[in-house]
Amino acid sequence: MATVVTVTSGKGGVGKTTSSAAIGTGLAMRGHKTVIIDFDVGLRNLDLIMGCERRVVFDFVNVINGEANLSQALIKDKRVENLFIFPTSQTRDKDVLTVQGVEKVLNDLKGQGFEYIICDSPAGIEHGAVTALYFADEAVVVTNPEVSSVRDSDRILGILASKSRRAVRGEAPVKEHLLITRYSPARVERGEMLTVKDVQDILAIPLMGVIPESTAVLKASNTGTPVILDEESEAGMAYKDAVGRFVGEQRAFRFMDVPKKGLFQKLFGAAAS
Amino acid sequence: MSFLDIFRRRPEASASIAKERLQLILQHERAGRDDPEFLPRLQKDLLAVIGKYVAIREDHLAVSVQRNSHSAVLEINIELPPKM
Repeated sequence: MATVVTVTSGKGGVGKTTSSAAIGTGLAMRGHKTVIIDFDVGLRNLDLIMGCERRVVFDFVNVINGEANLSQALIKDKRVENLFIFPTSQTRDKDVLTVQGVEKVLNDLKGQGFEYIICDSPAGIEHGAVTALYFADEAVVVTNPEVSSVRDSDRILGILASKSRRAVRGEAPVKEHLLITRYSPARVERGEMLTVKDVQDILAIPLMGVIPESTAVLKASNTGTPVILDEESEAGMAYKDAVGRFVGEQRAFRFMDVPKKGLFQKLFGAAAS
Repeated sequence: MSFLDIFRRRPEASASIAKERLQLILQHERAGRDDPEFLPRLQKDLLAVIGKYVAIREDHLAVSVQRNSHSAVLEINIELPPKM
């Protein structure tokens, strides 16, 4: 049985594509046949984050319009077994994604034995974002610990509860997961940033992971490598933990506290850290 | 943090202000989330009609829907000026 997972947030720039790439890669590394679909028509970027931008020939819209078949458009990842990328189109016509067209593509992917179909949603609450979440079985709500992002996440939770197919049909609700990104324990300690608990209290959905603010994320996007493959980095490890929790494992939360300074660091401060 | 910080007055942490503001606004926004989409237009039309007879302020006309398990009630509250 395939699971459709929509990565969404309302607000732009919070880390949806970074998270889609990391979660999809993480699920494939665990042996699940996974495809990541870019739903951001007109602003294709998943291909760059995954490092396969030069291999795009056909896209999502070509397949919906019957100009190419699925196997021509799917890009097989060269690093991770079981992982495929489905790039979007750069057309400026945002309404090309029809519900019927998307449904057919999702059914074809299910027929090809995909276990996880990750939908990387565009920002906003317009047609594209609603189409990306319509078929969701589960949703990863990506939130920065910052007022506008939290408010927009709450709005998206409202849309999941009213406009997803599960809601419209009165089926079991979409299973929601909170993923907090760009978390800075040092700023939280100084009282400058909402805590994980604050965000969780407000949005009231289960916490799947906390990704610390990390230079590794920009480095990964520079080179077109999903950050979860950077196994030395805190962000990479935090995504790995998050994927573990997503599939139901119990994992302790890491990287949420400021590391205690030793005597050496106390004496030499910034030079040592 | 150095020992001199002890003598500085700490400003109120901005994160707690953020949390309070969010809780207030989201409480308000969640309450209106299940309202039918026509409510704002209905409110505008009502204002136009009533405005023909008596001058009222926009914020003195409230339209809302109250639901319970078997019915929904459209509630319209219009506050009139004391002297007409």
